Amino acid sequence: MRLSRLSRTMLGAVAGLILVLVYVPLLVVLVNSFSTSTSLSWPPPGFTLEWWRRAFASAGAMEAVQTSVVVALISTAIALVLGTLISFALQRFDFFGRQTVNLLVILPIALPGIITGIALNNFFRTIMGIPLSIWTVVIAHATFCIVTVFNNVIARLRRTGTKLEEASADLGAGVWTTFRLVTFPQLRSALLAGGLLAFALSFDEIIVTTFTAGSGVTTLPIFILNNMFRPSQAPIVAVIAVVLVLVSIIPIYLAQRLSGDEQQRR
Amino acid sequence: MTDQQPAIRLTGLTKEFGAVTAVDHVDLEIGAGEFFSMLGPSGSGKTTVLRLIAGFEQPTDGTIELFGDDVTRRAPFDRDVNTVFQDYALFPHMNVLDNVAYGLRVRGIGKAERNERARRALASVRLEQMADRKPAQLSGGQRQRVALARATVVQPKVLLLDEPLGALDLKLREQMQVELKQIQRDLGITFIFVTHDQEEALTLSDRVAVFNNGRIEQLGTPAELYERPASRFVADFVGTSNLFDDRVSQALLGRGGVHSVRPEKMTVGAGETGAGIRNAPGTVAETIYLGSGIRLVVDLDAGVRVSVLEQNDRNRTHDEDRGDRVVVSWHDDDVIALGGADAAAPAPAA
Repeated sequence: MRLSRLSRTMLGAVAGLILVLVYVPLLVVLVNSFSTSTSLSWPPPGFTLEWWRRAFASAGAMEAVQTSVVVALISTAIALVLGTLISFALQRFDFFGRQTVNLLVILPIALPGIITGIALNNFFRTIMGIPLSIWTVVIAHATFCIVTVFNNVIARLRRTGTKLEEASADLGAGVWTTFRLVTFPQLRSALLAGGLLAFALSFDEIIVTTFTAGSGVTTLPIFILNNMFRPSQAPIVAVIAVVLVLVSIIPIYLAQRLSGDEQQRR
Repeated sequence: MTDQQPAIRLTGLTKEFGAVTAVDHVDLEIGAGEFFSMLGPSGSGKTTVLRLIAGFEQPTDGTIELFGDDVTRRAPFDRDVNTVFQDYALFPHMNVLDNVAYGLRVRGIGKAERNERARRALASVRLEQMADRKPAQLSGGQRQRVALARATVVQPKVLLLDEPLGALDLKLREQMQVELKQIQRDLGITFIFVTHDQEEALTLSDRVAVFNNGRIEQLGTPAELYERPASRFVADFVGTSNLFDDRVSQALLGRGGVHSVRPEKMTVGAGETGAGIRNAPGTVAETIYLGSGIRLVVDLDAGVRVSVLEQNDRNRTHDEDRGDRVVVSWHDDDVIALGGADAAAPAPAA
């Protein structure tokens, strides 16, 4: 596309401004995690690793990390199994209401978290009579984690078709052997990409978590929220925020590289 | 299983997709060791018959027997037939050796033996150096040969080939045709070859079934199909034909019905004499130089356009030009009767 010099400069400036607005605050958090000032005053009067040491020594913070990792891992695992199964059902079989089911599967990611949160809270406590716990959080997270797995897997299934499975069956492989040796290897990178995204989504989720977590279940985002306005804890919160950003960014970066590689190979 | 049993016997085979009947009561026997082709335009049902034999589709009606065994309801992995797919369907995540060894692997054959047998199969298609490559690193012709090695290494009783040469360029096609024929002779197994290329079918096959609208229009050796087409469709689809409808037949042959004459059975000149010779005057509409021959398109005064194939040999003394008045001659023995007067106006031969 040809653009005039002026519009190119303007576009560049706007894009730069947006990136600055998005990333400078994050950078400030990173710098603050090393600041000697407890009130996060700017510019930082000095630098120290004290907060990082304290954060790693804080039992509450470490427990929150552990809870978040457990929740993210289990809901991702559930999403991988269910998301893959739904993808197969919707891609390989034609049945009444297929389009509707497709929409219903994707919907949870578009629904406002607060609606999902209230609905699930209500459902668990009043209808099912289940006390809120870490498992209710896992189930709640799985509802939207399924979507990322589903989207990745169904796109892959659409592209690969059934030719390879036919070839495998033709050569004498039964259904399970075909899945293990042909279908699964074809899906592997799609599952990895979908799983990493699901993990990242779950790891920093706060709204649905607030409504579905039992007392004493503190994920990392909830820990931050609880401690943010305690002046003495502010730098530790900054440290945890940095960790949270890193843990969320790495899977997304990997997932993107994976799908990028796929596209380049074709 | 005896030698008397045909390799494949189809009885009343029918496949409907919704309201469309893709295969319509096909009865067919294919002998052991035969190179058999199913020829037809796209949508004629030939590929569906192949997929029914492979087991990828379930017939609506009818049975499929493999050496006397009814395999109609068996899953694809439970049938002793293998397929070479149109787009090869090689497993992209496996190297060439693992692709070829796949059928042996799923049969539980140990790694050493299956790799040994896969290497031998690769050697038979002259690709042993490519064993460690991925399919994406091969050319179309090489992929084609890997697909062939992968399907034959498990020693099927019948090999199904679904337009396997369709994606190759002309030179490679001709080369692969010779190779296919050789491989089939070496292995001694039945080949069922699906193609829409009539020349390929005639070149390779012991027998050919011409498909049209889900039915077999004619079944016979290549020579039978070419020399004695049973219907107007076959005459038109297999090779080039000059078709005379009822009116033209009356004028040129003195009898009704639909007839056809092959272009190479006609000559252009000043007219010939002799028993059974027919002469028809006309005007040259087009001359096409083919190298080994010359194709002349002539508008006969009887109201039909014919195509004449003349050899470019040393007997050829002069070239006709467009607009020249000529006489087209042929022998009555070369006229093929195609039945009643029901056919419409003849298609222009070109």
